[in-house]
Amino acid sequence: MPRFWLLTRYDESLGVPPMTEWDPADMEAHLAWLTTLNAELVESGELVEVTALVSPELAKVVTAGGPAGVVVTDGPFGEAKEVLAGYQVVDVESEERALEIAGRVSAAPGPGGVPLRQRIEVRQVMGPV
Amino acid sequence: MTDLGELAPRTLAVLARRHRDFAAAEDAVQEALLAAAMAWPVDGEPDNPLGWLVRAAERRMTDRYRADRARRNREDAAARLDPGAGAAPAADDTLTLLLLCCHPVLTPASAMALTLRAVGGLSTAAVAAAFLVPEATMAQRISRAKARIAAAGGRFAMPDRPDLVSVLHVLYVMFTESHVTAAGPALDRPDLAAEAIRLTRRVHALRPDDPEIAGLLALMLLTDARRPARTTATGDLVELHEQDRSLWDRGLMTEGLRLLIAARTHGVVGVYQLQAAIAAVHAGPPDWPQVLSLYDLLLRLDDNPVVMLNRAVAVAMVHGPDAGLAEVDAVATRLPRHFRVDVVRGHLHDMRGDRAAAARHYAAAAARTTNLAEQRHLTLRAARLNAPRAGAVTRSTPWDPRP
Repeated sequence: MPRFWLLTRYDESLGVPPMTEWDPADMEAHLAWLTTLNAELVESGELVEVTALVSPELAKVVTAGGPAGVVVTDGPFGEAKEVLAGYQVVDVESEERALEIAGRVSAAPGPGGVPLRQRIEVRQVMGPV
Repeated sequence: MTDLGELAPRTLAVLARRHRDFAAAEDAVQEALLAAAMAWPVDGEPDNPLGWLVRAAERRMTDRYRADRARRNREDAAARLDPGAGAAPAADDTLTLLLLCCHPVLTPASAMALTLRAVGGLSTAAVAAAFLVPEATMAQRISRAKARIAAAGGRFAMPDRPDLVSVLHVLYVMFTESHVTAAGPALDRPDLAAEAIRLTRRVHALRPDDPEIAGLLALMLLTDARRPARTTATGDLVELHEQDRSLWDRGLMTEGLRLLIAARTHGVVGVYQLQAAIAAVHAGPPDWPQVLSLYDLLLRLDDNPVVMLNRAVAVAMVHGPDAGLAEVDAVATRLPRHFRVDVVRGHLHDMRGDRAAAARHYAAAAARTTNLAEQRHLTLRAARLNAPRAGAVTRSTPWDPRP
């Protein structure tokens, strides 16, 4: 079965305030939406992994070079407006099914229960050599 | 059915003593355990399970030595030297193994993995699942750990003055690891807390008069007793003062308290006993002056900034939030960018009634934690404090800070 990564990013262009400023009920609804989705994917035997990454505030960028051998800079990453927040890995019958799941992730409710419409990047994992 | 986990260290002790090659013996026992797990359910359990395992592991070691010509002479020598070795495994074999597996040259991560396999009797696959890494990676981690022990001169022998500090530390880390392991859909993941408790029980049974071992076991039991109340059905964290106490496991709670009381009669106070004592006080009606004096004792034994930070909460509960915040300021430089500093500051500002400052600190803490459940919990707290005051909004602390 083909395997896909569904990547979710922090996206400033959505114009949504940080979650700490949401109505608590909206935040709970958002989390419940994703929890329910992941539970369904476990139930259907399609979920391989869910990974949430720590906040960009803790991110670092390492580049070889400099007197110490490497240059380490603190994130977030310069001009980047989109930073990876996490990903799901799903093992599904078809690309169509992966897109359907990504649609559910994107429809997760935001402030006021309005779907956030985050852009979910769907990438198929390459098969082994 | 006999518990293979109990037989693993006994089998290993026999082989390690007979062949004086801990690393090879550990591999052979692992293979024998797998063979037993396959054969026994089909053929029925042998009359002498330990003897069966020893013979099976012995065969595998012999096969390996034969294949490895360079080692052949050593095998013969060992057999001649020590024909009756292993006939009477000493009660301390488990301790000897633990001391070897928790050798100070190992990182806790490596020591935990090796301990779970060699002493806990878990398969490599199960240990790998416990730490969410591929099986091949875990096999390599264990084999490198054994090589490091060998390079450091570690042997299967009880030292003249066994020092269990490193063993207790590894068991403690194994237990706390279980609280933070990433959530995921791994269904067959062994429960590290349960494994840590099982191993600590065995150590306590072997050294019932050691008050720190009893203290560590008490700390684990008192903490584990609260586990059913620590999260909601959806996985959200519930803080101690908001937990439904009827969900606590009374049996574990009572056992932990009994151990702690018995340990006190030995007159030696250590860090695990004190932490268990704090957990025990929290199990009863609020008694912050008592908690504060226990933290004072703990700090005298262990100058640890995280202990100082936790003590700051007790200071605030006894002397008011401003006194607590001053304590946090004093320790903050020793915990740079540590999310717990902001958690405590958020909590204490909330006690003072400064909701905006509390929300700011909780939001900062949420951005710095590396645990998903904690991040959600802190984000929600910040969101609640930022929300316009309404009847539905609950204060995050029900305690009255004034004594």
